[in-house]
Amino acid sequence: MDAIYLLFILLLSIFVGFELIQKVPATLHTPLMSGANAISGITVVGALALAGSDRMGEYSTYLGAFAVFLATINVVGGYLVTDRMLAMFKKKQ
Amino acid sequence: MIETTTTDLVINFSYVLAAALFIFGLKLLGHPSSARKGNLLSAIAMLIAIVVTMFDNNIVSFQMIAIAMLAGSIIGILAARMIAMTAMPEMVSLLNGIGGLASLFVAWATVEANSEFTAFTMIVTFLALLIGGVTFSGSLIAWAKLSERISGRSITFAGQSAFNSLLVLAIIFTAYLFVAQPTMLADIPIDFNVVLCTAMGFALLFGIMLVLPIGGADMPVVISLLNSYSGLAACAAGFALHNNILIVAGSLVGASGIILTKIMCKAMNRSLSNVLFSGFMSVTKTDMVIEGEVKPLSAEDAYYVLEAAQSVVVIPGYGMAVAQAQHAMKELQQLLEENGAEVAYAIHPVAGRMPGHMNVLLAEADVSYEQLFEMDEINKRIQIVVVLLHAGDYLFLPTIWLLCFVDQIFKNTLNKGFSDGTIGRQGCFDHRWGAWPRCSGRQTVSG
Repeated sequence: MDAIYLLFILLLSIFVGFELIQKVPATLHTPLMSGANAISGITVVGALALAGSDRMGEYSTYLGAFAVFLATINVVGGYLVTDRMLAMFKKKQ
Repeated sequence: MIETTTTDLVINFSYVLAAALFIFGLKLLGHPSSARKGNLLSAIAMLIAIVVTMFDNNIVSFQMIAIAMLAGSIIGILAARMIAMTAMPEMVSLLNGIGGLASLFVAWATVEANSEFTAFTMIVTFLALLIGGVTFSGSLIAWAKLSERISGRSITFAGQSAFNSLLVLAIIFTAYLFVAQPTMLADIPIDFNVVLCTAMGFALLFGIMLVLPIGGADMPVVISLLNSYSGLAACAAGFALHNNILIVAGSLVGASGIILTKIMCKAMNRSLSNVLFSGFMSVTKTDMVIEGEVKPLSAEDAYYVLEAAQSVVVIPGYGMAVAQAQHAMKELQQLLEENGAEVAYAIHPVAGRMPGHMNVLLAEADVSYEQLFEMDEINKRIQIVVVLLHAGDYLFLPTIWLLCFVDQIFKNTLNKGFSDGTIGRQGCFDHRWGAWPRCSGRQTVSG
């Protein structure tokens, strides 16, 4: 039942994603992609639980910590790069 | 996770909030005037999700986390600050690859952390491992191609399709061993770590094989496809960890990447499979020789050519990126506008090496986004003069279009980009420009 419940969430989010992106103009495709890329760094949340636990053995803690490190680069770099790009999109003075 | 405590409730409630903010953020990203706010909103959502996760009862040691997050943040900030605006395609694809690798490590750590698994968990963990690995190595190859560390062209070798088919079969077999592991271990004397490492190796190899045959002008499609994969990898990791926010955010990214890919394929009049697999078809070298003399123009010179025009449409391409001609183009635009001419930019969805590449470059040169038009809009108004900023597109222009090359573009791009005389170049032109209605049927030269 748990799997079905998770699949429901997946299905609905995919539909929301399709609806949201379909209307975005080509002008914004690059910032959109890099913004979405930053969102995909959400893996950090999963990695945190693995890195912080002491019940799971040292090996997996190190792996989790490395995943936190990587995902943080993805998140921080992704959002900053997107912001830099978007700061350049200006209206005509 | 077994007993629901108040903390768990608070965490999950905050996840719902974060998911809503992600959705609003993406929605605001849909318009230039609100896009920055949208990005901020989605960053806040990420912050909420991360901070709230820290309160999880399972997390007891913060030392490793603090070190990892600090180091990651520093590298992320430095990378985002130092990178040149023109190197954005490489940067985005590199960050994307890192995200994929993170998902791979999450999957790996999940396997190491537990000993009891259901088949469902093993399947999704394997998927996270596979997609994460493919995203990582594929993005690395894309990065190397974009930054010209390896040839940007389609790279093929004899027996490639046979090799890839074998690889897919091998991956399926490894997946079977991986998932069936708890019950089968007694029958098959293979250590699970061997299966795990093999799976990761195959995933990385598959990513490389996927991107190698895709050349130059098709890169935007691949980048956006890999972007979608990194979301799907996070999503699969979410299934493995039973974490809702991972599933929601991951599938939002996955869906957005797939939509972007679809839009770009449509603009090239090609199907996705054609883009992905055309590199596997036989490569025919052509003996086209570019004749004639190359004369660079400055913005002023170009202005004199276009002085009589009332309306000028600029169609920028990869050449503009290579030659860094956006500033020269802006100069020309100002000269023309002072002269009373109307200047508009026509942006093909796949121009450049990344979706929206041209828009970013022009924005850097302070060109207003209101002057940038998409293909369907601009086709209604193209009439008089078109300036092309392309590596070699002049070959395919209808003769009535006056064209000129601004500044040193031509000099710089003659041997780069599409002008390499291979099938990749011809393929991309025919399909790409076929989508401009006024252009189709007028292509007289084929490379």
